[in-house]
Amino acid sequence: MTEPTLQVEILRYRPETDQDPAFQTYTVPYRDDWVVLDALNHIKDNIDRTLSYRWSCHMAVCGSCGMMINGEPKLSCHAFLRDYYPNKIRVEPLNNFPIERDLVTVTDDFMEKLESVKPYVIPKQERAVDEGPHLQTPAQLNTFKQYTMCINCLLCYAACPQYGLTPDFVGPAALALAHRYNLDTRDAGREQRQEIAASNEGVWDCTFVGECSQVCPKSVDPAAAIQQTKIASTIDWYKALLNPWGKR
Amino acid sequence: MAKSNKPIVWSLFAGGGMLSAFVTPVLIFITGLAVPLGLMSLDSLSYDRMLVLAQNPIAKIVLFAVIFLPLWHAAHRLLTTLHDLGLPKGRIAMTLCYGAAALGSIAAAVVLLRI
Ligand code: SF4
Ligand code: FES
Repeated sequence: MTEPTLQVEILRYRPETDQDPAFQTYTVPYRDDWVVLDALNHIKDNIDRTLSYRWSCHMAVCGSCGMMINGEPKLSCHAFLRDYYPNKIRVEPLNNFPIERDLVTVTDDFMEKLESVKPYVIPKQERAVDEGPHLQTPAQLNTFKQYTMCINCLLCYAACPQYGLTPDFVGPAALALAHRYNLDTRDAGREQRQEIAASNEGVWDCTFVGECSQVCPKSVDPAAAIQQTKIASTIDWYKALLNPWGKR
Repeated sequence: MAKSNKPIVWSLFAGGGMLSAFVTPVLIFITGLAVPLGLMSLDSLSYDRMLVLAQNPIAKIVLFAVIFLPLWHAAHRLLTTLHDLGLPKGRIAMTLCYGAAALGSIAAAVVLLRI
């Protein structure tokens, strides 16, 4: 019996030789427990060693294997061949990011934005070790737990039409992480993060398309974080208006 | 980065969204279906009753709110949707959208004040 096969069409770009990115089609064995990443590994190991792509964990944890699969941003370690078989699968690098090589994108823009929102606990006062741990109730943890699940896979940036149109937009994951630390009872850094999050390029560039939350593999729901930040920033704004002598 | 004044536009948008979601459908149901189909008495929307309603200052404010806020909501939504579809948020689109909302709001205010 001949083994069933599947065609995978991959957007290739090798800057030293290629003028423009172009598709190349490979035929891979079809196994119903294979994901797209397995197909790519098969190609790399057996057919074409020059193919470049990022991956690490193969279990939807590291966030490095995001790609456009049939036009949708997905983790390639989480997209089963059986959901596409017997049709051809088209694999492209993540939308809205420059291509570095083949399926590898340049993500510096996101890294800078992520850093700009200070995604770490900024305590009001340093706590000495002998003061013991910070206690947090399950209810307090629940207010932000879903936003801690982000694996920085950037699927939400690839899905966001606003990020595509307005490259300065801080974007879903970074804003969701800013919100995550703002909600943390150990944190006192909201005012610093608001400099970015409440600016025009922050939450206000979001038009609530909601695609980010649709494609997020970790159910972070960045769109909800952004809308909550809009409400909180609007309350701040009216408070400042009503109390011009208050601290700015 | 500059502190944003977007909260003004956005709070009108959000308020209008709430009204459009919760109040507008009920108003459409009452005025467009319930009364014409006879589920409610025809008399409940009679000219005399509506006139008395519109003369009450508190009712004027409520009527103004259910007209003015959804108009701003629609203007902002239309503008952002056009932007999502790739139309630049230019002066013309902004003037048309917000201008229509402003005209509608002024017209509503003038009519209500003259009753
Ligand atoms: S919010 Fe979701 S889609 Fe966006 S980077 Fe984090 S895990 Fe990925
Ligand atoms: S390889 Fe780590 S998330 Fe896919």
